[in-house]
Amino acid sequence: MKKFLSLLLVALMLVSIVACGGKDDETSSVNPDSSQTVNEENDAVSADVESDDAESIDVEASEDLPSVPSLEGKDLSDLTFGLICLHDENSTYDKNFIQAMYEAQEALGLSDDQVKIVTNIPEGSECYDAAVELVEDYDCDIVFANSFGHETYMIQAAKEYPEVEFCHATGTMAHTEKLDNFHNAFASIYEGRYLAGIAAGLKLNEMIENGDITADEAKMGYVGAFPYAEVKSGYTSFYLGAKSVCPSVTMDVKFTNSWYDEALEKEAALALIDSDCVLISQHADSMGAPSACEQAGVPNVSYNGSTVEACPNTFIVSSRINWAPYYEYIVACWANDVAIPADWCGGINEGSVVLTDVNSKAAAEGTVDAIEAAKKEIVDGTRYVFDTANFTVAGEKISSYLADVDTDAAFTKDTEVVKDGIFVESIYRSAPYFDIDIDGITIK
Amino acid sequence: MQIKSSREPLFHLVKRDKIPWWKAWLIRIGAILLALVACAVISELITGVKPKDLFTTILHSWFGDADYREKFSIVQNRKFWILLQETAILLCVALAVTPAFKMRFWNIGAEGQVLMGCLASAGCMLLIGDSVSPSMLLVIMFIAAVVAGAIWAIIPAIFKAQWNTNETLFTLMLNYVAMQIVAYFCIEWAPSNGSNVVGVINRDLETADGGNYGWLPNIFEGFVKDVERPRMPEYAHIILIVLVLTALMFIYLRYSKQGYEISVVGESENTARYIGINVKKVILRTMLISGAICGIAGFLLVSGIEHTIAMDTVGGRGFTAIMVSWLAKFNPFVMIVTSFLFVIMDSGASKVATDLRVNESFSEVLTALIIFFIIGCEFFINYKIVFSRRNGKKLVSASNAVTSSDNDNSK
Repeated sequence: MKKFLSLLLVALMLVSIVACGGKDDETSSVNPDSSQTVNEENDAVSADVESDDAESIDVEASEDLPSVPSLEGKDLSDLTFGLICLHDENSTYDKNFIQAMYEAQEALGLSDDQVKIVTNIPEGSECYDAAVELVEDYDCDIVFANSFGHETYMIQAAKEYPEVEFCHATGTMAHTEKLDNFHNAFASIYEGRYLAGIAAGLKLNEMIENGDITADEAKMGYVGAFPYAEVKSGYTSFYLGAKSVCPSVTMDVKFTNSWYDEALEKEAALALIDSDCVLISQHADSMGAPSACEQAGVPNVSYNGSTVEACPNTFIVSSRINWAPYYEYIVACWANDVAIPADWCGGINEGSVVLTDVNSKAAAEGTVDAIEAAKKEIVDGTRYVFDTANFTVAGEKISSYLADVDTDAAFTKDTEVVKDGIFVESIYRSAPYFDIDIDGITIK
Repeated sequence: MQIKSSREPLFHLVKRDKIPWWKAWLIRIGAILLALVACAVISELITGVKPKDLFTTILHSWFGDADYREKFSIVQNRKFWILLQETAILLCVALAVTPAFKMRFWNIGAEGQVLMGCLASAGCMLLIGDSVSPSMLLVIMFIAAVVAGAIWAIIPAIFKAQWNTNETLFTLMLNYVAMQIVAYFCIEWAPSNGSNVVGVINRDLETADGGNYGWLPNIFEGFVKDVERPRMPEYAHIILIVLVLTALMFIYLRYSKQGYEISVVGESENTARYIGINVKKVILRTMLISGAICGIAGFLLVSGIEHTIAMDTVGGRGFTAIMVSWLAKFNPFVMIVTSFLFVIMDSGASKVATDLRVNESFSEVLTALIIFFIIGCEFFINYKIVFSRRNGKKLVSASNAVTSSDNDNSK
């Protein structure tokens, strides 16, 4: 019997290991192809940052975006593009990168052999291994990694292979690392979230009008991943968007401390709903929060792509970063031998920040028009997301703020980021640095 | 067992007498071949991936394809060295769990013990930095890792020895405690406020000879000259350390008095007590060794490979190591083979996903399938199936065989 027992035990362990390995197996049904309601306007975004400032720093992001070099007559048959993803398509975040890669592949006319996608690469030395493998095995000319924690390993690989371009989404170190072949990229997604916030605010207004809640009860809930600038900038812009149409709104935020944890995200969303949040949004990568909302019948403003298929009754709208323009941009730079800037932050004009279709079943009336109007103002430069006139910190308006733009262990606040009453986000580096806790938002 | 009629089972499992080693290996090889056929059929049916593509892709993930091997000599072949290094680390964790398992102490807490070793190393690397000499820092990191691993192992051992608590649950729970402690320190040490990503530690803190503080130096660097981008030195020292450890563990278990005591306690505590072995002492001592080696594995991971700390630094090796150890029947040298087997199965998975554009989960299905066949074949090496005939006498003798084999399988 002992032998039997031991075999059983081995089998049991096997099962547990297999179970541990399959961390991302929950399927999510995100509709990536939902057409964008955002039209690309041709006017330039102009945030009021003049380079005539005394300690002027190379402002490479946002409105100073270099034009895309032409691909006319360029031969791309030698190109191989490698993409390193933290998870696979089961994560809405990674799916967004992978789908955009397919889009760019098609737009650029690349074959499957020219686009190599490596999935499930943790934020450790595996990332370095994957990057080197992409270079050595497939002769990749461009290697792109999509997770924040990949950054130091990408830098390591970039130092070793100066002839290869290494690009990294969401990272913060390119402008201080000063390598010719290592670049950060992001998008001014805070503008997208602001627009999505308007949809949320209108929904709250509708509830108030219907007498479902009073104006004071207009409380939203937000499931965030980590308490750092990228997430804080995101939820604050979302909140300010809602506040621009529903002045009495407040918001509770809960962090899961994980980018992808379906159970935790669901739990956090349900806890927020239990504490009387009447609308939920999230910045985490699983279907946890949206499906919790659908279950509880609470409206949801999503992220990374439309979740309308899984949540037909509660999905309002979703903002997402479309990475295809950046992929195409760096390919164009490569083909023309043009240097890729250390920081690149795409906006609405570049098609990097997009909103999905508004779900008329859940959204309030007039949502599409309101979003369009606000978007035009943002693009025209008559409306700013982080206008210091629109928020207070401990009851006071701010007129100056030092942000931690250059990454260091001591979190040194090194750069003045309030100019002419505007908190200028994503100008000094592509990744967000707005990390102020403003009034009206409570971290739970 | 399935009952055919009220009295007569359809078949019996009969313990085999010891079968010759070549026969056992024939069965094993047969099982692997069968597993590959099953993989081929499943991949063709479910994903439409051609089995030929599948297997060549997996094969190329180990040593590279012909072009790659032409481009990179054996000293430059990263794939090959990574494969060996991964094997070495897995083997190191397997070596750690082996003495405890041989003692029938179900230590499934290796994951946490290694992680604590990682944490201690990373902590020293980060907090002490360049305030001591580079070699001194390595020594401190090593000791800290060994102590941390040992502490994490001795806690359940004390409870087991004193109050006979269930060590399986205890060690399992400690894994989660360790993970949460690491999560806490990731928040503390992350250079970007709130991101909880520690990143490469001491990236900019270079020593006089070009290394980094707290990183294991590539001692083999001097051996390869005139080779562009030699990869061997980055990996060889870790492999060597673990090989030495393997030999030591083999000698310890096979030839030392303590190794003998471990076997006796494992077979029967009562016997051990009867012949005057202090069982509590053996349990504590063995777990201390087990945890210390886990600590070494943690040190190698952080100082030699990852140079960072995260909740998933150990990456499930603590659990895989149990299978490695078990399949090798606790023989350290056989573990080299079994750990290599697990590593090559795993390494193929991501390459299949990249080259053939099928989800990585599919490769995991194939890996699981192969493991099932391998474990299954061990069963058939130990037992044979005897189908019942009408002849009642045969039946009786067969069931006797089962009972008698059960009685003497304490061997």
